[in-house]
Amino acid sequence: MGTAFFYRRLASPLHATRASVGAVWALSLTASALILYQPLALLALLAAVLGAGWGAGVGRRLVRSLRTALIVAVPIVLVNLLVSRDGLTVFARLGVLGPFGQGDLTLEALAYGGVIALKVALLILVTTLAGLAVDPDDLLRMFRRLSFRSALTATLATRMVPLLAADSQRLAEAQRTRPGGAPGGARGRVALLGAVVAGSLDRAMDVAATLEVRGFAAHRRGRRAGGRGAGAGGRAPFSRHDLAFAASAAAVLALSFDGRLAGSAAFSAYPRIEMPLGAGTFALCAALLAAVLLPFCDRRGIEP
Amino acid sequence: MSSALLSFERVSYSYPGTEQPALSDVSLELHPGEFCLLAGLSGSGKSSLLRAASGLVPHSHGGRFAGRVSVAGLDTREHGPARIGAFAGALFQDPETQLVTSSVRAELALALETRGHAATAVARGVEEVALALGIDALLDRSTHELSGGEKQRVALGAALAGRPRAVLLDEPTSQLDPVAGDELIGLLRRLNQEWETTIVLAEHRLERCLAAADRVIALELGRVAFDGAPHDFVRWAGERSPALQTPGAKLFALSGLHPAPVGVRQARAALRARGLLPEQQESAAAPALGEHTAVGPDAAAAVEPDLGRAPSRRRRRRGAPQPALELRGVWHELRDGPAILRGATLTLMPGEAVALMGRNGAGKSTLLRHAAGLLQPTRGRVLGAGRVALLLQNPGDYFIHERVDEETSARALLDVGLSGLAARHPRDLSGGERQRLALAIVTDGERPAVLALDEPTRGMDRSAKAELAAQLRARAGEGQAVIVATHDPEFAAACAVRAVLLADGRVIADGTTAELLAGGWYFATETARILGGAGGALLPEQGAELLRRESPIEAVPA
Repeated sequence: MGTAFFYRRLASPLHATRASVGAVWALSLTASALILYQPLALLALLAAVLGAGWGAGVGRRLVRSLRTALIVAVPIVLVNLLVSRDGLTVFARLGVLGPFGQGDLTLEALAYGGVIALKVALLILVTTLAGLAVDPDDLLRMFRRLSFRSALTATLATRMVPLLAADSQRLAEAQRTRPGGAPGGARGRVALLGAVVAGSLDRAMDVAATLEVRGFAAHRRGRRAGGRGAGAGGRAPFSRHDLAFAASAAAVLALSFDGRLAGSAAFSAYPRIEMPLGAGTFALCAALLAAVLLPFCDRRGIEP
Repeated sequence: MSSALLSFERVSYSYPGTEQPALSDVSLELHPGEFCLLAGLSGSGKSSLLRAASGLVPHSHGGRFAGRVSVAGLDTREHGPARIGAFAGALFQDPETQLVTSSVRAELALALETRGHAATAVARGVEEVALALGIDALLDRSTHELSGGEKQRVALGAALAGRPRAVLLDEPTSQLDPVAGDELIGLLRRLNQEWETTIVLAEHRLERCLAAADRVIALELGRVAFDGAPHDFVRWAGERSPALQTPGAKLFALSGLHPAPVGVRQARAALRARGLLPEQQESAAAPALGEHTAVGPDAAAAVEPDLGRAPSRRRRRRGAPQPALELRGVWHELRDGPAILRGATLTLMPGEAVALMGRNGAGKSTLLRHAAGLLQPTRGRVLGAGRVALLLQNPGDYFIHERVDEETSARALLDVGLSGLAARHPRDLSGGERQRLALAIVTDGERPAVLALDEPTRGMDRSAKAELAAQLRARAGEGQAVIVATHDPEFAAACAVRAVLLADGRVIADGTTAELLAGGWYFATETARILGGAGGALLPEQGAELLRRESPIEAVPA
């Protein structure tokens, strides 16, 4: 359905967290995915993000997103395997590959491609998780003090996407009920595309009219309108979940930097794979899992 | 009389690229605290008048504008919709496009934030409007997951959040079930009485809100054809514009009774005063299904128009004809979601016309999609004797070409009476014509065994509905099974012989329209409500026949 990949307020600690903290937490996971190269640490982070998805009640949708991530990841591995010339451990020789030269496939290129693919998959998953569990309206309201109209336009876009998805689904359904199905061929497809565009424009006109009568053009700066607290007449106090996720974000960042700098998350693919696998690495993986997942254990006060 | 809140002075307006004026020399004044109903056929100018009052005409639409509209002393030529909106909130037909943000709280806050209210004022305004409209439980819900009725209430809340002095509403109940529609009208009446909010409401189903109004303005071809009190309007409509006559007024006119009533209560009082309705019937409870058999079957058979009757189950079992469509224990269960259909079972015989009714979200549209094969049941079976042609809710979704005759065959256009409009652009057709074109598209080619229609009368005026009902009866007469999902009891009574009530994905009642629509509070026609369900009379013609024959009419057993 059209709304399967959009924010819905659910009973979860992450949904109960204010959007600003939720966004910072997601950014910390993103940063961690970018900082770390150690495959075990990245796998631990992947497990943590999937676990967080289950804790937030969006696990199935995250798994669907993981399938998409795999579709992106496989070509990354293959391309790196074919074009990288820096590894020393050759496991297959393909001969001369035209402009690419000698086609030697190395274990190092395979490993490095896998690490990059894992990072990309993590970025996709964290973005999906944030999209599903962080309230975009609440988030964008923070930016209204800087530029009200830009923030409202962005809010509108988040609302219009599922609306237009539902519209196009309805249109496709209507075409399926035609005797003989939807018109085929290039002309039919162009006509269908024209109808979708015309429908979107009609929608946009209607929404624009609604915005007009709600005073969009007459915007005057309010004395203060911030965060979730805007609806409560002032800055709302930090909840237990706000504090927990803020602490989690700080811990994830600290662990990632520490792992990188202290060497427990060191990884080098070329010319030969160097990857220390000591107690420090396993401790880092366990700490990452705990830092990401612990905030989900407290389920008090999470009802919408 | 207090000074006018809203005034039109010789206003004429044409949309860009059209010669025909949408408003023509309109002059009127509305005062604080008035509840004004705008009546008129499709294209009469109701929406244009509301858009002119909200400043959208001419600011957003362009076009040629003459005259002067002022709202709370502000001239709409000088002040745009944003400024006007502080004094006159607006609510349009489609709840989907009325919601701008993703959560209910943000939606209610938006109108206040855009006008620069302080955070405390925003918070207080949101709480108050949510409490006033009974939507406080929805505040933290996402706007995606609200029902149609909830969306319309939230949109009304957003329009009211800034405490405007007037609310302009363009057919706000057209997509709502009878219960949600009545709730919305009741809410408007309360706002009007308690806050003295001026209400300007454009509606096609006048019987739903005429009794709540203080004043009616009827438009014809962009001109004010009538402006007066509701009781004068019903008399005027009877004489000058029968298409605007309410079923109650028509019942009285056909029975030779005067004056025409404004609502059910007044009609019943008038009938009682004439001895046509027994005193005790006032307290008669709604009859249960099948209760009409005590007083009804003969009377109903005598007064029912020539629609045929729903075949009995026994006749079906013995019977020769194969069902045109059969749903056997159909379930539709969403992954990670609720069950939309829960073992729905329904059989349609050839030539049978069935109205499918129920609240928003009861599963009507899903059931029709299963019938047409657009969805596959998660459990249960759907069996058919042939093709099921399904007409979905928005006829515009079918139009993908530039000309009417490119959309379907000439024969199909002839069948629905649109041959004369072959060269027109489909989107330039009127509401009724668009519906007929969509019908031509889905019924083209191999003759369907079943014709299924999902809410086909949204936004249609009474004459277009009557035309469609006649078409459906004709198709049923030719042996096609017809099933119509509708919220409109008057339309259901006009086009079907059998009614099925769906609730929570289950068929909870299945009987003749007389059985189902005669005794209810919500799922009942105005004639049935006036006559208390007597004789199973649903339409004014049937009621008038009953009143002529029986005096007083026999009470329905309590």
